[in-house]
Amino acid sequence: MIIGIPKEIHLGEKRVATTPAVAEQIIKLGFEVNIESGAGLESNISDEAYKEAGCTIRKNAKTLWSNADIVLKVRPPETHPEFAIDETELLSNKGHLISFIWPAQNSELMQNLSNKNATVLAVDSVPRLSRSQKLDALSSMANISGYRAVIEAAQHFGRFFTGQITAAGKVPPAKVLVIGAGVAGLAAIGAAKSMGAIVRAFDTRPEVKEQIESMDAEFLMLDFKEDGSGTGGYAKTMSDEFIKAEMDLFARQAMDVDIIITTALIPGKPAPKLITEGMVESMKAGSVIVDLAAEQGGNCSLTEKNKVVVKHGVSLIGYTDLPSRLAAQSSQLYATNLKHLLTELCPEKNGIIDVNMDDEVIRGTTVIKEGKITWPPPPLPVSAAPAPQTEAPATEIDSPEKKSIIPEPIKQMLPLLLIGGALFALGSVAPASFMSHFTVFVLACFIGYQVIWSVSASLHTPLMSVTNAISGIIIIGAVVQISTPGLLITILSGLAILIASINIAGGFLVTRRMLEMFRK
Amino acid sequence: MMSQGLVIMAYVTASILFILSLSGLSNQETARKGNYYGMTGMAIAIIATILSDSVDSYVVLIIALAIGGFIGTKAALKVEMTQMPELVALMHSLVGMAAVLVGYANFIDHTNSLIGIEKTIHEVEIYIGIFIGAVTFSGSIIAFGKLCGKISGKPVLLPARHWLNLTLLILTIWLGSEFLTGAETGGGTIALLIMTLIALAFGVHMVMAIGGADMPVVVSMLNSYSGWAAAATGFMLSNDLLIVTGALVGSSGAILSYIMCRAMNRQFLSVIAGGFGSAGGEAATVEGDVSPIDIEETAQLLADAQNIMIIPGYGMAVAQAQHTVNEITKLLRAKDKTVRFGIHPVAGRMPGHMNVLLAEAKVPYDIVYEMDEINEDFANVDVTIVIGANDIVNPSALDDPNSPIAGMPVLECWKSETSIVLKRSMAAGYAGVGNPLFVHENTRMLFGDANESMQAVLKVLNS
Repeated sequence: MIIGIPKEIHLGEKRVATTPAVAEQIIKLGFEVNIESGAGLESNISDEAYKEAGCTIRKNAKTLWSNADIVLKVRPPETHPEFAIDETELLSNKGHLISFIWPAQNSELMQNLSNKNATVLAVDSVPRLSRSQKLDALSSMANISGYRAVIEAAQHFGRFFTGQITAAGKVPPAKVLVIGAGVAGLAAIGAAKSMGAIVRAFDTRPEVKEQIESMDAEFLMLDFKEDGSGTGGYAKTMSDEFIKAEMDLFARQAMDVDIIITTALIPGKPAPKLITEGMVESMKAGSVIVDLAAEQGGNCSLTEKNKVVVKHGVSLIGYTDLPSRLAAQSSQLYATNLKHLLTELCPEKNGIIDVNMDDEVIRGTTVIKEGKITWPPPPLPVSAAPAPQTEAPATEIDSPEKKSIIPEPIKQMLPLLLIGGALFALGSVAPASFMSHFTVFVLACFIGYQVIWSVSASLHTPLMSVTNAISGIIIIGAVVQISTPGLLITILSGLAILIASINIAGGFLVTRRMLEMFRK
Repeated sequence: MMSQGLVIMAYVTASILFILSLSGLSNQETARKGNYYGMTGMAIAIIATILSDSVDSYVVLIIALAIGGFIGTKAALKVEMTQMPELVALMHSLVGMAAVLVGYANFIDHTNSLIGIEKTIHEVEIYIGIFIGAVTFSGSIIAFGKLCGKISGKPVLLPARHWLNLTLLILTIWLGSEFLTGAETGGGTIALLIMTLIALAFGVHMVMAIGGADMPVVVSMLNSYSGWAAAATGFMLSNDLLIVTGALVGSSGAILSYIMCRAMNRQFLSVIAGGFGSAGGEAATVEGDVSPIDIEETAQLLADAQNIMIIPGYGMAVAQAQHTVNEITKLLRAKDKTVRFGIHPVAGRMPGHMNVLLAEAKVPYDIVYEMDEINEDFANVDVTIVIGANDIVNPSALDDPNSPIAGMPVLECWKSETSIVLKRSMAAGYAGVGNPLFVHENTRMLFGDANESMQAVLKVLNS
């Protein structure tokens, strides 16, 4: 099948749906790759580079679209500025389209594509499973947004991020607050941290605390118990009390921090308003707010979409094209995501894709199958986060403790008392000769106890074999008895000597052999 | 020839030498010297006894000594290091056997002229000495059979086994009183013989009920018994050297058993009582996908790693992979990588089993660490290789309160970046517990014989 990659026509869009390196791998899967001339220019990729990778360059967008069985794109189709017709019209009948679609927001587009009997896979609809991580373009783009957000903030922030003590005076480190620790939030934490800033982060989902702390940032705790984890690893809307506590926290933080990066989004809803005008006013002059939710209305009420505005002395950055601002990086990651998707679609590596609706990843991604709208997919039962742990059953079935008849202190003393009693009984009847042996025995046990604890664990086997050898000392008993008159005694003692001497010789020699092996 | 005073002095010297021999084992440098102390002590004790007044029939003595010494030497030089547990178990049985023989010889011997309470105590000493000796003997023989695979490693649990043991114990005590009354009039032989048979049966039953993974406890417990048998013989013969040595060995074995039990978070009594998994509720079943890995990828991972940990288990001994592992270790160390070994106290079938195997393969002992020394360190490890170990790397011991091995300290290899587990198949370990490590996202499974796999990896690394 022929894969066509047109130049992106969205104003300011610099990304491209494949790179030469990835195109080469796609060709290996058995596909033919056509690319529109100049498609990669904005991502610093020349037509020649594509040609070297084995792609065919098409001068005309129309022929590219009509020839392609599968079209790979970044932005959803829109009206072509040159031909004044919609890209949907350019797609061949029963063709395949893989790109961002946002089916929830673009019902008209969905209808148009359906009319073309197209099969459409929306990369924004990839289900969140551990298996599908490698084709999750939302995550890879969010990662770039988070990184770029810090770069944009640095651009508009008049100071260092890192603290320094210089001859010209002390520079305090910048304080960065990241709200929402999803993929973008974590990327922002990482970038800001590596530039030397003090980073704090907040999220309604308690399970991300560990992730935040693993990146060396401070997790801001709310003194409030409510779990904000929704299905699919996203957040959900919180209760009013929670939001109030949260807003108090932000108000306090706003007075302290220099940079706020907000990434709070709830799927299918306008972005929650977290930073009020009052908070912006309370921030120090020269502070920066980067609102990654600007597309969905912004987390800050003053943000203006796609613009940088200065209000109350604070720069508010509302760019929605942050991935495109790192076009070469974004294109590379996006292209790789698409390649993984193609690999899933084409398991035979024969250049023919099979939209297998039984595969949960492909089912979730496919929003239109041969003209039939299949969006939204049936819900997936699994969440990316582990199910909340219910109380361990072991603690619940803790039966009321059995009351012992014997009080606790006496119970502890009991073994001692018993031993003492036994010793007393023994001492009162045993003759002196026995007692002297008994003394030796008890002292030897204590010496053994002291000595053995200091034996290195790695030498436990030699310890066993050497104790084996020295317990062959029982030979003494046999030697003493062998001269006693009586054939039976001689035979028994002789056998005992034989056996014990096996032990002695074998034990010592094998210990020696082993110890010789322990070398540095 | 030698006065009683000289003999006793020789015994004191021997006792001190034995204590030095054991305390020498606190580290590798002094251990060799310690072993020579032990040999010297033994030689002094034997020679002094032979030269004492009470010995005059030298022919049988020397012949028996020579034959025994020859067999022992042969065995010591021939034994494979992987067979050490079997050899040790066999030697325990010999001590038990010798104790029984000496006990009988002493019982038959009527030359001593003890009367009254002293005579009764002497009789009790004989009785107890033979009992412990017989239990040690039969128990060690069964342990030997289990260790070399002649007897199935599975615990054999007879119905009402605790009651059976109790009955045997009561029977033994009753026979003891019969024996004492019989011995007053010069009889009691029958009671003694029956008791010996019961003790033998008791030893068999006890070890049969213990599973393969509990073998380290059993071996060290029998080690302890062989010591107590020697001590009991010492009481019987009024010989302080035997008492001291027996007490040393007995407490050594007892401490080892305690260490092993602690390493498995098990009560000593519950190990002895046999069976596994009697406590706790339903353990979580392990679900998830296993990610296999092939030889090339394994070699690649090792080549890319800087900090490597190797966790050997009984499977390494079975596959005889220790030499290949050492070759790989040498190669990786030559490339300036950190390679360390993490040893769990109960890895293998006997305390310290893995250390001996690695030493045999000439792995330097300063890169072999105990669990407590390196468990904190797994976060810095790039690649962990688990060779034929299962329960000692099972995360459910820590996080599943219902697991039969819950609470057992384990090597936390899942905290390293990647764990490669070498395994024959997906079978459960000796505890019969599923291992969530195998389906952990950082774990890769390398299926096949450990030695063959390691050899293949070595080949790829070399090329």
